[in-house]
Amino acid sequence: MKCRKCGGTAALELRRHNAAFCSPHFIEFFRKQVTEAIHRHRMFAPDETIMVAVSGGKDSLALWDVLIEEGYRTAGLYLDLGIFDYSKESREKCEAFATSRGQTLHVERVAEAVGAPIPTVQQVTRRPTCSACGLSKRYLMNRAALQHGYVVVATGHNLDDEAATLFGSVMHWQTDALTRQSPALASTHPKLVRRVKPLYRLSELETAAYAFLRGIDYIVEECPFAKGATSIAHKQVLDRLEETSPGSKHNFLFGFLERARPAFERTEDVELRECTSCGQVTTGAVCAFCKLADLVKRRTAS
Amino acid sequence: MKVILRNPRREVDVEGKRRVKELLSELGILPSTVLVIRDNELLTGDAMVGGDDVLEVRPVMSGGGGGGA
Repeated sequence: MKCRKCGGTAALELRRHNAAFCSPHFIEFFRKQVTEAIHRHRMFAPDETIMVAVSGGKDSLALWDVLIEEGYRTAGLYLDLGIFDYSKESREKCEAFATSRGQTLHVERVAEAVGAPIPTVQQVTRRPTCSACGLSKRYLMNRAALQHGYVVVATGHNLDDEAATLFGSVMHWQTDALTRQSPALASTHPKLVRRVKPLYRLSELETAAYAFLRGIDYIVEECPFAKGATSIAHKQVLDRLEETSPGSKHNFLFGFLERARPAFERTEDVELRECTSCGQVTTGAVCAFCKLADLVKRRTAS
Repeated sequence: MKVILRNPRREVDVEGKRRVKELLSELGILPSTVLVIRDNELLTGDAMVGGDDVLEVRPVMSGGGGGGA
């Protein structure tokens, strides 16, 4: 198979684009997709420093790499979930990456914030592990950004992540979730930082290939709690569709963003207030994270 | 050839030459869900493999709490 641009041996076939690229031209294609996302959604201003949430996986480290290479000012944030050797290894990958690029890496331990590491949270609350983990990540990302003075957090969500999330929301007609799904979520409160997803135009295969071709040492093993996760099941369904009809995921997500999402915009604003316990933004009196932390505290004490 | 699979990590020996896409089909793996690596290079579906080749078939999927890994 030949590279579309130079005719050399291709490293990757992109069926949804009916194209193949050699290593240098794929890297060029990848970075163009990221910069297109950044400009289209006005994700960052030139004078802003971006906090990149990194997990040690291919997506977030690929994102950090592109932003550094494109000349953006960045710092990393690693959330230590306390998931046995998996967290230890993923933290080491992030630290090695940050050191090799001369970047700052902030580290937050979930166990300190919520009162126990994620495996214990799952045991004592009996709620799905990924649910408590996702809630903790969103809360701590915002809190860490505010504490360190960053106004924007970038995450490594890719096209497959976004298509699977959309699929799950549509399956249950979670219209609130459909409203919130966007490559860029503006700050709607002084204590809410902007959240952006510069990889939303790129598939999981493409982010993995980019990380590999750039020599990024990322954690290949999946989280031990991801097995059986609903998001994985949704990705598998979409992978089957993509196999028979390349471009399905792209059309599903981009069609939603361009044509369907406006129909789910709220006509009335949701009232945001500050949590009476921690001061972070919530729609109720006490935020979901503080409720989780309180539950963990009570259950681990008994 | 030797084929290294992940999650869980295991190795299988496969006799004869074939294209990468044929190998993946025999293993029941969708091509868009893995990187196929030989000698630190990525292979496309039409590449011929066999003989003394050592291939890594590396899954690309990640997921769970909030994605974006």
